[in-house]
Amino acid sequence: MHLLEVQHLHVTDRHTGSVLLRDSSFHVKQGSCLAIVGESGSGKSVTCKSIMRLHKAWIRQTGEIWFKGEELSALPERQMRKKRGKQLAMILQHGMRAFDPTCVIGVQIGETLKEHYGWSRAEIEANMSLAMMSVRLNNPVELMNKYPHQLSGGMLQRVMIALAFVLEPDLIIADEPTTALDTIAQFEVVEQLIALRERMNGAMILVSHDLGIVRRLADDIIVMKDGEIVERGSANVIFSAAQHAYTQRLVEANRALNGHFERLKGGGLGLVEH
Amino acid sequence: MKMRLLTNLLQDKLAVLSLAVIGLILAAGAMAPVFAPHDPNAVNMDLRYAGASWHYLLGNDHLGRCILSRLIYGIRPSVLGVLAALFVSVALGAFLGLVAGYFKGKTDAVIMRVCDIMLSFPGYVMTLAIVGILGVGLGNILLAFMLLKWAWFARIIRASVLQAAEADYIKFARITGVPSITILLRHVVPVVSADIAVVASSSFGSMILQLSGFSFLGLGVQAPNAEWGMMLNEARDVMFSRPELMLAPGLAIVLTVSAVNFMSDALQTALDPTLSKTNRKFREQASLPVKLRGKEVA
Amino acid sequence: MGSYISRRIALSIPLLAVISFLTFLLVNLSPLDPAEVVLQAQGVPMITDELLTQTKQELGLDRPFLIRYWHWALSCLQLDFGHSYVTGQPVWSQLGPAFLHTFKLTIVSAACMIFFSIVLGVICAWREGKLLDRSVRGISFFLTAIPSYWLGAMLVWLVAVKLDWLPTSGMESYRSYILPVMVLTISYASIYFRFVRSAMISNLNADYVLYARACGLPEKKVTVHLLRNSLQVAISVFCMAIPVLLGSTVVVENIFAWPGLGSLTVNAILSRDFPMIQAYVLVLAAAFVVFNALADVLQAAMNPKLRKDL
Repeated sequence: MHLLEVQHLHVTDRHTGSVLLRDSSFHVKQGSCLAIVGESGSGKSVTCKSIMRLHKAWIRQTGEIWFKGEELSALPERQMRKKRGKQLAMILQHGMRAFDPTCVIGVQIGETLKEHYGWSRAEIEANMSLAMMSVRLNNPVELMNKYPHQLSGGMLQRVMIALAFVLEPDLIIADEPTTALDTIAQFEVVEQLIALRERMNGAMILVSHDLGIVRRLADDIIVMKDGEIVERGSANVIFSAAQHAYTQRLVEANRALNGHFERLKGGGLGLVEH
Repeated sequence: MKMRLLTNLLQDKLAVLSLAVIGLILAAGAMAPVFAPHDPNAVNMDLRYAGASWHYLLGNDHLGRCILSRLIYGIRPSVLGVLAALFVSVALGAFLGLVAGYFKGKTDAVIMRVCDIMLSFPGYVMTLAIVGILGVGLGNILLAFMLLKWAWFARIIRASVLQAAEADYIKFARITGVPSITILLRHVVPVVSADIAVVASSSFGSMILQLSGFSFLGLGVQAPNAEWGMMLNEARDVMFSRPELMLAPGLAIVLTVSAVNFMSDALQTALDPTLSKTNRKFREQASLPVKLRGKEVA
Repeated sequence: MGSYISRRIALSIPLLAVISFLTFLLVNLSPLDPAEVVLQAQGVPMITDELLTQTKQELGLDRPFLIRYWHWALSCLQLDFGHSYVTGQPVWSQLGPAFLHTFKLTIVSAACMIFFSIVLGVICAWREGKLLDRSVRGISFFLTAIPSYWLGAMLVWLVAVKLDWLPTSGMESYRSYILPVMVLTISYASIYFRFVRSAMISNLNADYVLYARACGLPEKKVTVHLLRNSLQVAISVFCMAIPVLLGSTVVVENIFAWPGLGSLTVNAILSRDFPMIQAYVLVLAAAFVVFNALADVLQAAMNPKLRKDL
């Protein structure tokens, strides 16, 4: 049995009547990473929100989502809430916007950990500090007492990863975790995502339109276009022998860009790795 | 863009209705002698407090004057007068806003500092002050409106000019050496005029309310001239014995202001497709406090 | 935070100076000769040139403009706004109590207005697009189009005369507050709740709400974050509502015969009592500046990001 099995997921916007996601089925194997690739508006984020059941009231989703043998869409909201964060962790695209701007980031982190573990302040601080150090955020206590606008997007992204470390979820959903970052921060975040997977031995859904990152992380890939899955397969197959014209174009464009990029960089990556 | 705005507006039935109501009111006011069945100031003591009749559709007031005719003549100061004052202050604000937003730098800084000072005055209080010092009367209230409202328009229009001036085609025109005036008139003004329409229409309603409020207090239009607030002021003396006299002018104000507000809302909605979502968000947040400041209820 | 407050206060002092100067200038722009106004107000039958020069001297009007301004501004700082042209009494002896009465009405109305704005705004935001939201907005649309004095008059007629429940004029007991506060609350809450609503809606769509929910926080805790963020924007608007209310209670005071600033000012305007008008404008402008500064400080206290900007 797969860790996550999505069957006939169909999402519509009741306000406009438009279909956001059309009858899509896919699965995530235990311990593997599934990448969802596609341009913006193709339904990638909608898929993530559907799994978490975090849509607005007027967005309607049908279909079955089986997670560790349980049907998520049939769960009462209370139980679903217990799963969010603890078993299904999400990492958002904009670190800058993911934390309440009027509080220091420690507040939101503390609330989350208290909710799932019932820890005291000292326990939260100790556990979170360890996790933050492991994603190379030094001075964790000081950082937790800072407001979101005082940190960079990449740092906040790593704070989210650190929180995921502590929560030890079975499935991590990373929605475009690197899109809003500059190259160096991107690199650091990707390194930490890899480390996270290795340590947790958990599964991951990675949403991205950056095929370079997908290549490094993904085992399986689904390609989406206009709310539909147009191609699926293991990463190797997709990158070497894509069937769908759209995927071929995507891979081709990425390869051309990468070649150009590599030449420009000329091995500059070593600098970043210290 | 203009065409789409028009078709969007026409699809909104409520907007069409309010537009029709406003049009009718303006026309009736402009051609009051044609529309009014009687002389608004003709006193007829035999008909004091007479109820509605075929001859006097809305009845007669405490001096036996025709209420309907007074309502129609009242459009002139209550609506047309306000419209004229609005026009002047919007023109002034638009001009300064365009200049500030387009030329930036020192010009902008000076104009905006003056705007800040103007906006730090409580508008309603300053209108009272100007009327108090220059004397009671419609003209002075309208003058006060013109003197006090422009800063608010200038600031909003400047913001939308700044946005428009960032557009690539305008940058391009600048680089290729098209004279500033030409760019302003041909490219910036059309884009910004939609915003001006929204801003102006949204304050039209509150200005009508304010003017009638001042007249109600006896600071505006003086007897025997007909004006809606003035009519309410007169009706108030007999409020307990003849409450029905309060109805007609009050409802006239409510109807007009509602129509204007609906119109303004519809205009804003019709404009929406031409704005990107992020811009709209920015605008909402940026202009709301200012907007609320403009909305002082009378 | 302390330095922010002192900087913000420093910023409002020049503004007050400019406002006081403009207020003084305004009176001097009047086409009327103040000396003549005084004599008329005192009911002097024959105004001779001799009498005019004498009065001018008494009032100090023969001195240069800037010097007069300086003396006036200095005495204003000590709450000495001169003497009323009409009664000859010190302006503050009338303005002070009237201000207090208006201030009481304003504070009670503002509290009610803010309460209803927040409640309605939050409810409408939660039910965005639903029937409740649409009907509240629809009703408020018509309420904003109703002149407050007309609403007041209708309420007086309905409640006090037909039903004989409440006092309709004067300021006697707490029951006198009910009707005027009701009118002001209806007029203003119907405008201000929209602000809370739109702030709530834009925050509901914010990423931090999504992330907080994705972390499994209960709705109660998410709501606390939402309110914190929505209200920190709204709080400055509400702060500014207080001086706006102070200024525009005029018509409501008139309807309910409230012995406040509004009634005082309308009489001053009708009798052209310049020192009274001057003092009124200055006091309200000062209230505007003070509350504006207070709004900024409160907002900065809630939003650390703003503290840097000054």
